[in-house]
Amino acid sequence: MADITFVDVTLRDGNHTYKHQFTSEIVGKTAAALDAAGIDIIEVGHGDGLGGSTVHVGRTPEPAINLIRAACGAVKNARIGVLLLPGFGVYRDLEECKDAGVTVARVASHATEADTTKQHIRKASDLGMFTVGYLISVGMTDPKTLAEEAKKLESYGASYVNLAESQGHLVPSEVAERVRAVRNAVSIPIGFHPHNNLGLANGNILAAIEEGATYIDGSLKGFGGGAGNAQTESTVAMLKRAGHHVNADLTGILDAATVFADLVAPYPMPTIDNNSIMMGFANVYGGYVLPVRRAAEKYNIDPMALIMKLGERKVVAGQEDAVEQEAQALAAAR
Amino acid sequence: MTDTTKRFRAAIVGSGNIGTDLMYKLSRNPHFEVVLLAGIDPASEGLARAREMGIATSSNGAEAVFEDGKIDVVFEATSAYVHRVNAPRYELAGIFAVDLTPAKVGAPVVPTVNLAQQGNVMNVNLLSCAAQATVPMVHAVTSVAPVSYAEIVATVASKSIGPGTRDNIEEFTYTTSNALAELGGAGKGKSLIIVNPAEPPILMRNTIYCVTGPDVDIEAVRRSVHERVAEVQKDVPGYNLVLEPFVREDHIMIAVEVAGAGDFLPKYAGNLDIINAAAVAVAQKRLIGATA
Repeated sequence: MADITFVDVTLRDGNHTYKHQFTSEIVGKTAAALDAAGIDIIEVGHGDGLGGSTVHVGRTPEPAINLIRAACGAVKNARIGVLLLPGFGVYRDLEECKDAGVTVARVASHATEADTTKQHIRKASDLGMFTVGYLISVGMTDPKTLAEEAKKLESYGASYVNLAESQGHLVPSEVAERVRAVRNAVSIPIGFHPHNNLGLANGNILAAIEEGATYIDGSLKGFGGGAGNAQTESTVAMLKRAGHHVNADLTGILDAATVFADLVAPYPMPTIDNNSIMMGFANVYGGYVLPVRRAAEKYNIDPMALIMKLGERKVVAGQEDAVEQEAQALAAAR
Repeated sequence: MTDTTKRFRAAIVGSGNIGTDLMYKLSRNPHFEVVLLAGIDPASEGLARAREMGIATSSNGAEAVFEDGKIDVVFEATSAYVHRVNAPRYELAGIFAVDLTPAKVGAPVVPTVNLAQQGNVMNVNLLSCAAQATVPMVHAVTSVAPVSYAEIVATVASKSIGPGTRDNIEEFTYTTSNALAELGGAGKGKSLIIVNPAEPPILMRNTIYCVTGPDVDIEAVRRSVHERVAEVQKDVPGYNLVLEPFVREDHIMIAVEVAGAGDFLPKYAGNLDIINAAAVAVAQKRLIGATA
């Protein structure tokens, strides 16, 4: 049975759900609870990672480095991680994080654009961080291409390659063929980050582990883009039931889920609503669930039509402007 | 028309997407004779195209420029790392250098913003394709309303950006961000780049956000933006406003798409055209402007 390193992304991906409004208090208390539960790596920051606080995606109420410092100050054993999308974050952000006590950097690109991560993987490695290559939207490409991209990440010095299925589009057999292709191409470990649009997050994790994935992402209460991530507390329980080893203990992680839920209450938890299902079905990036809802309300258009337009246009992560443009076009055509 | 009998001997260093596209654009220009396209990969598509056109090639990078000894202007489309090494050598050899990497060795120029102020310098920097596409819009807004913060998002087709750009994402981001403030006139700037692999490839798209406060005179902004778009179109006909300036919360949102002329890559690669049009304008101003 597999030895799993658990990466909780509540305080990073979950910020999408919370419109990037997490405060130092929410971050500090949640990180402390995750640490107490035995989570290995806690990822913190704006939903789009370092440099993500923008007009384009959403501005954080306080500098993101404050959140990161709050997390670093709150943990005893867990490692604090950050996400960096080259084109958003810059070297200075990594240096600032290093000084704050961050030891894990996950450097991300769209699944087919791994060579945009080379500079920042090297920079994070040079800073002595545990550096991860992170491919977004792996369901938008085929297993063979994914394997080639993973090889590039390995060649840049990534310690493991994380496969993020950002749309919640894939079914377990499709996840399995992607992880298998990557496993046959690289010798570094593989991680998996599912979304739950079709209710398959946990099932897809089992399929990924079956093919050799050993790093697993989840978030408390499923807080994350789209219909949310795998729900950390249920994933921990599932992994234990399936006989896999995970450091986190069940009681501790259930407590952490309660701590977090109380901190963000009465904010609505992510659910598999109709928009999320359609986005999973049409393979549209989950981070757009709130921008789609907002634009549909503002321009009084059918969100389903907007989602289908975005699917046809094959938007990738970070194209929030396309949501606005397509919504205006639909409103004008009405 | 200026004296067209004098054709300046131009060398292009970098045989990737930008350098090869520039070769076509300069070859059509009566003021320049492209005498060299230099790359580092003898099998590159760009070098093959140059040979077809009867232009001398080299796979030994900038060395061929110095060997020639009579180059008037060198256009460098390699990477920031390479240009930082080559720039002092061009200067020593008395060759005017137009830098198409984000190295920012020389003074930055965006034609509709500050070409008129360009002095008799030996090295001009063109920042990035995103800066060339968006600084004019930011500048058009700051010309009629104060902007405390400008942010741009350049979305480009995966096929339109080559290994040089991919190796310079840090410099690209940093240089473009600074240009929004330094040349665009915003209090602060931030730039994002998104690479989209969709097939068929998407046109280069740039979204510009300017934080002005909600009480901005949007009609004045619209007029200024439309005038500027028309001005950019003189050199880049495929530069089009696709999202009319409108107020959203505390900021203005604008979007432009850039279709290219399809010289090397198909028309989706407007990012090549916008920076190469700037390169030609800068070289003309420095060489022909001075002799005319």
